[in-house]
Amino acid sequence: MDKIVLEHVDFVYGTGTPFEHKALSDVSVRIAADRITGVIGHTGSGKSTMMALLNGLEKPTAGKVLLDGYDVNATAKELYADWLKRPEYQNMRKSTAKKAIRAEVEKRRRNLCFRVGLVMQYPEYQLFEETVFKDISYGPKNMGLSEEEIRIRVPEALRFCGLDESLLEKSPFDLSGGQKRRVAIAGVIAMRPEVLVLDEPAAGLDPLGREQIFEKIRQYQRSTHSTVIIVSHSMEDMAEYCDDMVVLAHSGIVAQGSCEEVFSQVSMLDGVGLDIPQITQLMRILRARGIDVPENVYTVEQAAEALKRHFQSLKGTDT
Amino acid sequence: MKSIAFGQYYPANSPIHRMDPRAKVILTVLYIVCTFLCRNVLCFAAILLSAVLLCLVSRIPLRMILRSIRPLIMILAFTSLINVFMTKGEHLLTPTWQIPLWGSRVWRIKIYEEGLWNALFMILRIIILLIGTSVLLSYTTTPIALTDALERLFSPLKKIKVPVHDIAMMTTIALRFIPTLMDETQRIMNAQKARGADFSSGGLIRRAKALLPVLVPLLVSAFNRAYELAAAMECRCYHGGEGRTRLKILRLRFSDVFAVMLLVAFGVGIFFLNRQGIGYTMK
Ligand SMILES: Nc1ncnc2c1ncn2[C@@H]1O[C@H](COP(=O)(O)OP(=O)(O)OP(=O)(O)O)[C@@H](O)[C@H]1O
Ligand SMILES: [Mg+2]
Repeated sequence: MDKIVLEHVDFVYGTGTPFEHKALSDVSVRIAADRITGVIGHTGSGKSTMMALLNGLEKPTAGKVLLDGYDVNATAKELYADWLKRPEYQNMRKSTAKKAIRAEVEKRRRNLCFRVGLVMQYPEYQLFEETVFKDISYGPKNMGLSEEEIRIRVPEALRFCGLDESLLEKSPFDLSGGQKRRVAIAGVIAMRPEVLVLDEPAAGLDPLGREQIFEKIRQYQRSTHSTVIIVSHSMEDMAEYCDDMVVLAHSGIVAQGSCEEVFSQVSMLDGVGLDIPQITQLMRILRARGIDVPENVYTVEQAAEALKRHFQSLKGTDT
Repeated sequence: MKSIAFGQYYPANSPIHRMDPRAKVILTVLYIVCTFLCRNVLCFAAILLSAVLLCLVSRIPLRMILRSIRPLIMILAFTSLINVFMTKGEHLLTPTWQIPLWGSRVWRIKIYEEGLWNALFMILRIIILLIGTSVLLSYTTTPIALTDALERLFSPLKKIKVPVHDIAMMTTIALRFIPTLMDETQRIMNAQKARGADFSSGGLIRRAKALLPVLVPLLVSAFNRAYELAAAMECRCYHGGEGRTRLKILRLRFSDVFAVMLLVAFGVGIFFLNRQGIGYTMK
């Protein structure tokens, strides 16, 4: 099942100004539901731009963004013809039905950012409230949740992001950079989005912090069966945590598919300034030296497994 | 690129873009004087021609120039109406136009030929003023080059203890950070929109309140930037304009001087053309 589909999407910054810049051209992507999809690409390839299209922050210059098959940027006018035939609107007077459709479209537009939760690149700059608690509850409050619900969700989201509840009453400006990042992520997690989009969530964190954040994201995905999209520059993290991959280069898609499919296209990745994970490179070198290990190894655990098997088979031939 | 150029600056490679900004400031002042000197058809024809030439030389697309005129359409319409109806002259064009008001009162509309000329000249004057200043300065000079030029032009004022350098430095820094802060505002607004902020609905108070989540992080980051910049400047031993050398040294070239002289000659020409009693002469 495809959760999100981009159909021939173009996006231009600064249309009509001398600084016009095409950030995405003819991008078509399918993002599967209930999976973690990684988006990689060189700096300036349009990753962040693509993420901003997913929750309606930006509208594509051309093409469509579909969420569960619904064009998120469709206007009521464009939908009348189709929707008036639907059973729920068929029995109404035409003007009432049109009004209902307009209300429905407006509601969906408003709910889009709650359904698709976007954690922007360097989200620590968005904190503004006096306390961490208030800041995390900003999103849920905008959703119109009740006080009790918010009081449950906020500490939960905070704990989820690996922070201590004692921080709740602190000012977000007194936190360290990494803590701020986690608070910002918690602010989106608290909305419990069905699609969670994270733009370089681990950039600039220490190795342990990276691992924790990715681990938590995977936990969120596995426990809620939501769809998760992660933008990252680290091939190792991608190989470790993602099920699918999308590769962007020079404003366009150059590859998409499962991690194995994408990482097997070494020369293509090389051509657009990207790498395969280091461990995969190591395995390839070993293979070139005549050591019998599989080529499609993407994580350290897989590599250890493969090497163990290799040594066992060596022992087997010795005796 | 985007961060040094904002506002109206239109990057292109033209003689006007390459000109020394000081020369451009002087040219602009002269051009404004020329526009105000014009009083008869010949003068306006000449200056209109010069404006068209400027546009062509500057390689600014016509659409950009028209865009700068568009906001003035109301003002243009208003001035020309006032001129048409309020100018009194000798050649009445509408002797019999009367609009009945109440009772036996009527309103006689009097439009004189002079009024029409005045309206035409005013419109031309405003448009040419706009084209002249935008082509000579705002479209072709980055704001930072402009402050640099002004600093140099006003540097004699240092003698009477006007802190010209400091004012220029402050202006440059302010200008430099406008696009940065604008980008930042956009980014923070997007981040809050992603959490469901709604900036466009509700009454005035609600909208002002909705801006709070944008203003707080923006101020915080602006202050941080200011501290960082101050620290960076101190680390490089910045201590004001005294004995400071420049990275970009402005050099007046022959072509700059020539352009100024050409425009002065043009102004003198206009001055004499005004003396010719050709057609209607504006008061
Ligand atoms: N607000 C903007 N206005 C104009 N151009 C922009 C804007 N934002 C991004 N761009 C341009 O669009 C292109 C794509 O930018 P984008 O931020 O999507 O890249 P990215 O893939 O996320 O890069 P990074 O890995 O550095 O985050 C870049 O060339 C950038 O200069
Ligand atoms: Mg980015």
